[in-house]
Amino acid sequence: MTSKGIFRFFIGFYLLLFFGYLFGPLLIMGATAFNNSSYPQLWPWEGGTLDWFVKLANDQAMLRGIGNSLLVGLGVICLAVPIGLAGAIVMTQIYWRARGLYYLVVVSPLLTPGVIIGISTVLFWRQLLGADHPLYSGYFMTILGQATFISAYCMLIFLSRLQRFDRAQEEAALDLGASNLQFFWQVLLPFLRPAVFSAAVLAFLSSFENYNTTTFTILARTTLTTELAGRVRQGSNPSLSALALLIITITLIGAILYEIYKRREDRREKDRAAVAAAAEAEGEPAIIAA
Amino acid sequence: MSRFLLPLIPVAVALIFWGMAAAERRAVGNVAHLGFFRRNGAALSVYLLGAVGLWILLLIVLPQLYMVEFSFRPRLPPSEMGGPKDAYTLANYSYLIFGRPGDPEGYNKLHLGIFLRTIVASIFVTMLNFAICYPIAFFMAKVAKGGQMRLMVLALIVPFWVNEILRAFAFRILFSSSGVFNTLLLASGLVDAPVDFLRSDIALYAGLSYAYLLLMIFPLYNAIEAMDSNQIEAARDLGAPWWHIHLFVVMPYAKPGIAAGCTMVFMLTAGALAAPQVLGGPSSLWFTQVVYNWFYQAFNWNLGAAYAFALLIACIIFVMVVLRLFKVSLGEIAR
Repeated sequence: MTSKGIFRFFIGFYLLLFFGYLFGPLLIMGATAFNNSSYPQLWPWEGGTLDWFVKLANDQAMLRGIGNSLLVGLGVICLAVPIGLAGAIVMTQIYWRARGLYYLVVVSPLLTPGVIIGISTVLFWRQLLGADHPLYSGYFMTILGQATFISAYCMLIFLSRLQRFDRAQEEAALDLGASNLQFFWQVLLPFLRPAVFSAAVLAFLSSFENYNTTTFTILARTTLTTELAGRVRQGSNPSLSALALLIITITLIGAILYEIYKRREDRREKDRAAVAAAAEAEGEPAIIAA
Repeated sequence: MSRFLLPLIPVAVALIFWGMAAAERRAVGNVAHLGFFRRNGAALSVYLLGAVGLWILLLIVLPQLYMVEFSFRPRLPPSEMGGPKDAYTLANYSYLIFGRPGDPEGYNKLHLGIFLRTIVASIFVTMLNFAICYPIAFFMAKVAKGGQMRLMVLALIVPFWVNEILRAFAFRILFSSSGVFNTLLLASGLVDAPVDFLRSDIALYAGLSYAYLLLMIFPLYNAIEAMDSNQIEAARDLGAPWWHIHLFVVMPYAKPGIAAGCTMVFMLTAGALAAPQVLGGPSSLWFTQVVYNWFYQAFNWNLGAAYAFALLIACIIFVMVVLRLFKVSLGEIAR
């Protein structure tokens, strides 16, 4: 075997080990969902069963947690996507001396431990509203707490897309008599559409799986993650594995769909660029040819 | 009193910059350069300023400032709030360091110990994470081809959408006394009795380094990917052994990425709550768990806020030191 061959072998072996580390624990957890023993274990195998899925479907507290998680996730999308968009646009226009500080401030929630974001949100709003105010509720606090840092994720997504935006388009639209609002709705937003979609998906998923912030802000209610944390700490049973398996399956399907969507979007963009280039080569305005 | 002055700090900073921008525009006298309101129109300006203003003021800056302010005040029953006892004090912080007044130990051995352990263990987990992720990031950036690459990215991302609690739960199943590892160890005859991985914190460290792999890989990948492959070729042609290439060519180039990945992983590990709650041994706590207990078991929010702030400061200091050591600026990281 040549030295290159040995090197290849080691790389392959390492990749195998790494992805084993990545998926092994999840696969084993998934498999325990089918074992007919009251503790989640692979061995001894006490016979296959689907009982744990049935138990899960009848688990009222868990279902309530999932419902709350969905609700909070939608709330976070409604808040974080518009904020992230505004944050990104302001970033491109802000006075250059202030840009560094601005960037530091809006990105800081990503580096702050989630626990601290949760605590500071609850403290601040309790002081502002008072503990008896109807808005001082688990839902509202959790949406605000999560939106604090999820907005920053969204902003980064919008920023990377905005960097490819040609400012000449803005000037052209305004020169042709479009109002600022028309430019925003009919030029900028369509250009940003893929980013809006990505930001919304990312916002929802980060909200759905968040624990550190949520456990402080959810107050008297529960979301899926806080409910799960309580269960796991009390001791465990395989219906949690069943839930994990369901989540993994749904995520996998979602990821594949997203990948397909993204490839189609990429191809469409490439086609569009090709048409524009061809039209330009013929010396006609691209708009007519397209 | 100062509680009402706090909001003025960020507003004042914004006004100063506003004034500087206005002065500069007048000095340059560039008419073609539109001001913010003229450029965006009224409706958009209101949306942009409103959204960003609310985000920065009500969600980011003021809550943090209030948390800090809160940590310097004593815990009082509602009737005494605003009374003579409601004055700033260092008592919450001195509790973290010295413990209860009149404590025979002289300092708060328990909490300081947990604090140190959290920091040291987080450093260890970060280094472990770097060691695991560097080869993968390098492979993705320089060896993998298009389709293979996309598949790897997908495979990396999917496990991280399973929430943190369930990921920790998976490790609990692996490491518990009747778990996979113990079954294997017992069957192979290496041990006679199940090993208590939870008590010895092995499960915790494994779970923690698993939790934030992704945040190490992507900054590393971005940094290595931007590097010109010819540099590696040149080093190889000049006869450098493979570890020389990595240590003296690739890593110095990827320094900002390494710093970014390590910073994020360290911050998240030190601030982790889920994994320690699920995987931590019964006798050893993570510092965030102490904070949690102050809030929801002792209901002493002032003390909890002080502990949380101490953790934040420790993390920031650590990050600053690392950046100084690596000679990387904060701006380079954020890219």
